Amino acid sequence: MTIILFKIVIIFALVLFMLPKQYQYYLGLVLHIAIISISSSWAINALAISSKVTLPFIPFLGNILSIEIDQLSAFFILVINMTMLTGIIYAKGYLQAYFHKKSKTEMAWHFFNFLWLHISMLLVVSLRDAIAFLMIWEVMSLSSFFLVIFETEKKETISIGIKYLIQMHIGVIFLMVAFIFAYVQTGAAFSFNGLSIYFASHNPFGLFLIFFIGFGIKAGFIPLHSWLPHAHPAAPSHVSAVMSGVMIKMGIYGILRVLMSIHHDLFNIGLFILIMSLISGLLGVSMAIVQHDVKKLLAYHSIENIGIIGIGIGLGVIGIAEDIPVLAALGFAGGILHILNHSLFKSLLFYTAGSVYKQTHTRNIEELGGLIKKMPKTALFFLLGALAISGLPPFNGFISEFLIYSGIFKSLHSANLFTDIVLMFSFTSLAIIGGLALFCFTKVFSVIFLGTARSSKVEHATEVESSMLIPDFIIGFMIVLIGFVPVIFMQPLSQIIGLFSIKMGAIQQIIPILNNISISSGIFIMLIGLLWILRTWQQKRHTIKQNTTWACACKVTNPAEHQYTATSYANNFKQLSSKVVNVKKDFKDFDETEIFPKARKFETHSSDVFEDNLITAPTNKILIWFEKIAVLQTGKIQHYLLYALLFLVLIYLLTHFNLI
Amino acid sequence: MISLLLILISSLFFVGIIVKTKAKIAARKMPSVLQPVYDVVRLFKKGAVYSQTTSAIFKMAPLVYFASVFLAVLFIPIGSQKALLSFDGDFVFFAYLLGIGKFMMIIAAMDTGSGFEGMGANREALYSMLVEPAFFILVGSVALFTNNVSFQDLFLHLKLDTNLYYIIGIASIYVFVYIAMVENSRMPVDDPKTHLELTMVHEVMILDNSGFDLALIHIVTWLKFSIYGALISNFIISNSWAIYWQIAAFFGIQLAFSLTVGILEAFKARNKMEKNPQWIIMLSAISIVVFLTVLIITEKIILN
Repeated sequence: MTIILFKIVIIFALVLFMLPKQYQYYLGLVLHIAIISISSSWAINALAISSKVTLPFIPFLGNILSIEIDQLSAFFILVINMTMLTGIIYAKGYLQAYFHKKSKTEMAWHFFNFLWLHISMLLVVSLRDAIAFLMIWEVMSLSSFFLVIFETEKKETISIGIKYLIQMHIGVIFLMVAFIFAYVQTGAAFSFNGLSIYFASHNPFGLFLIFFIGFGIKAGFIPLHSWLPHAHPAAPSHVSAVMSGVMIKMGIYGILRVLMSIHHDLFNIGLFILIMSLISGLLGVSMAIVQHDVKKLLAYHSIENIGIIGIGIGLGVIGIAEDIPVLAALGFAGGILHILNHSLFKSLLFYTAGSVYKQTHTRNIEELGGLIKKMPKTALFFLLGALAISGLPPFNGFISEFLIYSGIFKSLHSANLFTDIVLMFSFTSLAIIGGLALFCFTKVFSVIFLGTARSSKVEHATEVESSMLIPDFIIGFMIVLIGFVPVIFMQPLSQIIGLFSIKMGAIQQIIPILNNISISSGIFIMLIGLLWILRTWQQKRHTIKQNTTWACACKVTNPAEHQYTATSYANNFKQLSSKVVNVKKDFKDFDETEIFPKARKFETHSSDVFEDNLITAPTNKILIWFEKIAVLQTGKIQHYLLYALLFLVLIYLLTHFNLI
Repeated sequence: MISLLLILISSLFFVGIIVKTKAKIAARKMPSVLQPVYDVVRLFKKGAVYSQTTSAIFKMAPLVYFASVFLAVLFIPIGSQKALLSFDGDFVFFAYLLGIGKFMMIIAAMDTGSGFEGMGANREALYSMLVEPAFFILVGSVALFTNNVSFQDLFLHLKLDTNLYYIIGIASIYVFVYIAMVENSRMPVDDPKTHLELTMVHEVMILDNSGFDLALIHIVTWLKFSIYGALISNFIISNSWAIYWQIAAFFGIQLAFSLTVGILEAFKARNKMEKNPQWIIMLSAISIVVFLTVLIITEKIILN
């Protein structure tokens, strides 16, 4: 019954193109809500009966293709639905600015792709057949590509879109190769379920590596990440939120799904995931610090958070391999909970950053400042997101990081020497990542929202309309809920990690600890409340004055000129990390003979070290060769006929001498 | 409960003793040990001046800062005296709790729109990030050593039964003393008595705070010193001692710690600002020595 409804909704998407502009959004909203309710009912059902739900979907290549929803799929479906729901609500306000610029078809095409991104992600996590999976994976990449290039009038957007599309296809090639390889080696079913047969009889590392590259490009592990910092700023904010919040997690889903069928030789795999994740986590946040474009900064933070998720999963795999159940259970639990957490606070940050962009028309944080007075609600939600992403209690980011930390510290004693050293590196890196995230988000929050305005763009900003704040309220509620009562999420979480053949005792042990955290968080809030009351009482009895900021007794005419900028804030970190953070200065030094110096300009640009060295440099070298070969392309038909003739002669000669 | 009381009592005198020690060494007239307390009491009796640039963040920050550190005190046991709050992994909560307080103070400083306060905020953010690994490696090593994962059990099971323990004990105390100095922005990292805003870290962040808020911030400084003093004392106090000996030892150690801070501040010059990161990372290196020692004691690294 529900499956028929699902199909009807998919077909109904075409109606979008027939509607006038003002109704398209509402149809989109209705369709999204329909899909959300249908798929959530499947997911909740799967979690409620704690087993797999299988539904026949469509006839496909002579078989019936079925939707298989186990607890892992169910979890991802709920995460996708959550973010898509807030995304479509937010889109209404955000797209208003484009309403007159875009034609009816363009708007319909946007909503159509947004809907298909939703459907394709749901199907990615619920189809097992390899061909169907790869096809729907491709649909996901294509629909997100069209969403990224929404602002087609900008030339840059198109080139970013193409870059994204090419990298996605390189990823898909790896996935295809991996599936075909497993199929050829075993002859078993051409699906995820068939992989376990290959892995049972072969050394799993090689094939896993190919899968990891394929899925890692989507997830954005460094050094496979270079599409991410470009695509996110180019896309409209609700699209970046969905892409960063859930689409990149499809890569994580793939890795988890492959891991489910591997049962031996796991140590190397776990170590590999862990190392890649530590690199992604540390470098992602380091590169984020030097960004000035708020959405680019958030994109680098997605890489960091993928790193944290990976650290959890990597440690979990090591835990299984080394037979340390507590590390396995808490590592996986932390990693998987962080998937949900990241989808929440990252989409919240993208929505609020999008609201700021809509009101000020700039993403450069150096031009902002003092917005908290003009957009207080947006500022508050951005702060909430910033606190959560920095992993600070009592918000949700802390809970998932705490689970990972607990897993590490509890297993230190029983692990062997090598694992201990690995664990030491892991928690040290987690601590540094946390510290750097704090550094980065104190910077970005205070430069955007606090102090005084740095340019005239801020002057006319006002609070966004309430439809753009609804998603913030929904997500804010979830962030606080997970932060204060994490226990309610442990039961579904333990079901999911049960799929990875982990002994479940550790998850039961963590529940009283989480209860203690809830109590401590409660005390924390009560203490703040108490102090607030005390201060109000104290200040009623004394005079409270307003004055200018103290500027060390110097007369300040324009306070904005004295303010710390984002560049100066990041400067001392930049000096520490010059190896990984490539910042170029654009400045001509004064000449000694220059008696009356002319006006000088000083600019700094940051570029991605990995992108420069792994993508731009090699492709530039290849381009040089291509340009040489381009001599052949003369544009004269006689030449082309000559090439054909030469080719025939060549073939003749080769066959004549039995060379081919 | 007793541990909370002990920490609160010792915190009252801590900064006073530091100031007194410094005055004595400089042959100045000494203020009373309770002078900082009088200052705070006076602040509580005053109104406040808020900058027009600031927003609600600036008003919230001191409250969150105080609440976070006060809550952190509840996690600290002393000898056999239990902490009020204790659960597995509480030191992670402890570290991140201090983090949220710092986060708020940093953005509050940026909220004033002053270049000086931005400078201090930025340094505070960097240094507290750099000092984090030292704390985690150190506590992680002790967790590995005792196979316990909460402050309370950690210190209850810390046994002084091998010679190698002294390496752990001494190195840990050294690192904790300096973590306390960095966390409180004291001498080698920052000079609280400097008169140049450009060279300050913590002091410059709170230039615009006054009245009730400033009083809270001062109390937080006392509490932070007292917390680290209590952590240090746990490396020395054995829980087999009689209760009054434990309490006496605790106060003795707090006194010694505050004297040490005073002497360090009197004789040591502040690091060059750009040398600070390097110096703070050194603490992590020492923590790694502790970690390796623990690996040897637990026979994971087998010598010979």
